[in-house]
Amino acid sequence: MAELTAKRPVSVPVMADLAARGESPEILFWVGCAGAFDDRYKRVTRAFVRILDHVGVNYAVLGMEESCTGDPAKRAGNEFLFQMQAMTNIATLNGYGIKKVVTACPHCFNTIKNEYPALGGEYEVMHHSSFLQQLINEGKVKAEGGESFKGRRITFHDSCYLGRANNIYEAPRAVLEVLDADLVEMKRCKTNGLCCGAGGAQMWKDAEPGNKEVNIERTEEALATLDGNAAVLDNLRGVQSNAPADPAPAKAAGGSVIAVACPFCMTMMADGVKNKEREQDVQVFDLAELIASAEGLNA
Amino acid sequence: MHFSIQNIIFLLVALAGFGLFAWQASRIRANVLQGRDRDMSGHVQERLWKTLLVAFGQQKMFKRLTPAFLHLIVYVGFIVINIEVIEIMVDGLFGTHRFLQFAGPAYSALTGINEILGALVIVAVTAFWWRRNVNVVKRFTGPEMRAWPKMDGNIILYVEVVLMVALFLMNTADLKAHQLQNLTMPGAFPVSQFLTGLLPDSVPALHMLERVGWWAHIVGILLFLNYLPSSKHFHIILAFPNVFFSRLIPQGQFSNVESIMHEVKSMMDPSYPVPAPATNPDGSAVAPAPFGAKDVNDLAWTNLLNAYSCTECGRCTSVCPANITGKLLSPRKIIMDTRDRMEEKYNAPLIFSPALYGAAAKHDPQEQLDKENHTLLRGYVTPEELWACTTCNACVEACPVNINPLESIVEMRRFLVLEESAAPNALNAMFSNIENNGAPWAFSPSDRFNWADDLFVAEKGTVQA
Repeated sequence: MAELTAKRPVSVPVMADLAARGESPEILFWVGCAGAFDDRYKRVTRAFVRILDHVGVNYAVLGMEESCTGDPAKRAGNEFLFQMQAMTNIATLNGYGIKKVVTACPHCFNTIKNEYPALGGEYEVMHHSSFLQQLINEGKVKAEGGESFKGRRITFHDSCYLGRANNIYEAPRAVLEVLDADLVEMKRCKTNGLCCGAGGAQMWKDAEPGNKEVNIERTEEALATLDGNAAVLDNLRGVQSNAPADPAPAKAAGGSVIAVACPFCMTMMADGVKNKEREQDVQVFDLAELIASAEGLNA
Repeated sequence: MHFSIQNIIFLLVALAGFGLFAWQASRIRANVLQGRDRDMSGHVQERLWKTLLVAFGQQKMFKRLTPAFLHLIVYVGFIVINIEVIEIMVDGLFGTHRFLQFAGPAYSALTGINEILGALVIVAVTAFWWRRNVNVVKRFTGPEMRAWPKMDGNIILYVEVVLMVALFLMNTADLKAHQLQNLTMPGAFPVSQFLTGLLPDSVPALHMLERVGWWAHIVGILLFLNYLPSSKHFHIILAFPNVFFSRLIPQGQFSNVESIMHEVKSMMDPSYPVPAPATNPDGSAVAPAPFGAKDVNDLAWTNLLNAYSCTECGRCTSVCPANITGKLLSPRKIIMDTRDRMEEKYNAPLIFSPALYGAAAKHDPQEQLDKENHTLLRGYVTPEELWACTTCNACVEACPVNINPLESIVEMRRFLVLEESAAPNALNAMFSNIENNGAPWAFSPSDRFNWADDLFVAEKGTVQA
């Protein structure tokens, strides 16, 4: 069988090698722990690298020299551990003379952008949603030639550390616009977005006693928004609903998508969809995966 | 001008009212200054602009339209009717009667607008009362909203109605007395003109009623002013400085602990110049402050100002993901606890101290804490509440007066972790993973770059045969 599209191996440039050759990259791609270790989010890292490679961006990663930014330690109150991590990373980044950092993790983004400067680490820091928006604006990514999302329902889940923490609401939406999909907003979106439940180091511990998991509350809202299920949305708002109890979900070919831009949101929303037994018609994707897929870069 | 004994009495009443308030305010200021120092100077223009938008302009109230409009009426009423209070003060001191009447048409506009606002305030306050007592809005409920906070919310509404009724009594009696004597009444009275039938037809009685209304209005205002320090209603004053001194940095940025920074920097670089520890005037070293916050004085003064600026509206709690899903955490409770603890530990307000009334209901009666542990942390706020926070900033975003419950939560988490090593076990495991593996999960650092193995990209535009 002849392949329609050739595939080419990607050799990810490592900063130490570039430095040895006396080169410096335009951007440093900060992968983050989830991007490096979490099986699901590794696919996001790979998708983003495919985009970088396809566009021909001059980038590098730290590879094994990267270490946790310290975000979960700081949110949990362990300032000492945070600063140990931060200063180690800053020493590495400053040692290589890094000027610009791009990351697919809002937590790494927030920490490096806002909390490293006081400790001596000053860089231009971009979240991959803003970076992708820039590539789209420059015409370098057209989201053509791959999977079509035309007409499929997509709802974007704002991550707290991108949205409220750093006021980035439009970039991820601008990225999704290019897919020509049917974008729907959850009632709690942008500044009013509801957390997935994993921030503030919750990712690593069980929730305190309550009557519901936060990710279930959020997934119910996302699914009801995608389905146009007014009854569920009313119930989530605590309002008596007159809407029909369970309308059949809108089934576009390929199914609906909950779009995320954060590794923890990815885990929480994917777990929620699984819990609701909706994996067959609703998928959770990161922005980079959607773009790489629409651009036809998967191989 | 009829200068009389009334004016002397008025002067004494006004001096007592304002003097008492100044004394109460100074005690609250002293409480707030128990907090840690935090430099909030500079950026004055940016801060003024924010104060104009958020405090004066009520920008964040308009996320919820119904209460925003109701609140706007009471707020504008408060400001405009206070212009008339200036007139009352001058009349009271100098024995004049409606001294602003020289303004002619402008005076008619002022009195007319006042009457319309006064009527609208009664409507709005009735709606507020309905939302608190009949068709109860969920965010006005919750464990922290029983006893004093619930009663306080209603007292404020009753007092506002009494003040408005006093204003209408004064105007209506004055208007009718003028009408009976065929005199021209200065000003315009679009509401009182319909109320004259309710009052007697005797001029002396009307003069008496006008005085009753006048005194009730001004004495009511002075009493209300002195009630504020005991009440959530103090927000009408402190909302402005609270917004002015609120953070300008991104909400995601948590504070840097400088003492730890110096320690870590000197560990990594022995030549790092650690600043000399602060000394007392007698030359002895100042005892180092604990990491994080155990009690109210470990919080920054801005966090304490937050506590006095809170009007307990519950917008924070109603958007808190932990609270929505039934966890114990309520950001409003953290802020209310901070105020209650300040009033217990330092200066209590004049009228009601929560320590004397109702706040005890919030404490866990089972847990008899010794004096050392009867602090903001544990005495009021439990670790379970603190660990339920996702640091999502929804509460911070929701607050119409820029209160930041998250800062206080994180400071108390810092105390638990750094001073007591009292983090949940799962978080301790996460900490050791970061220490040992450079990642919050138990993965080997040597596997960190495995994601790049066997990675291919589709070669676009090259179609193979």
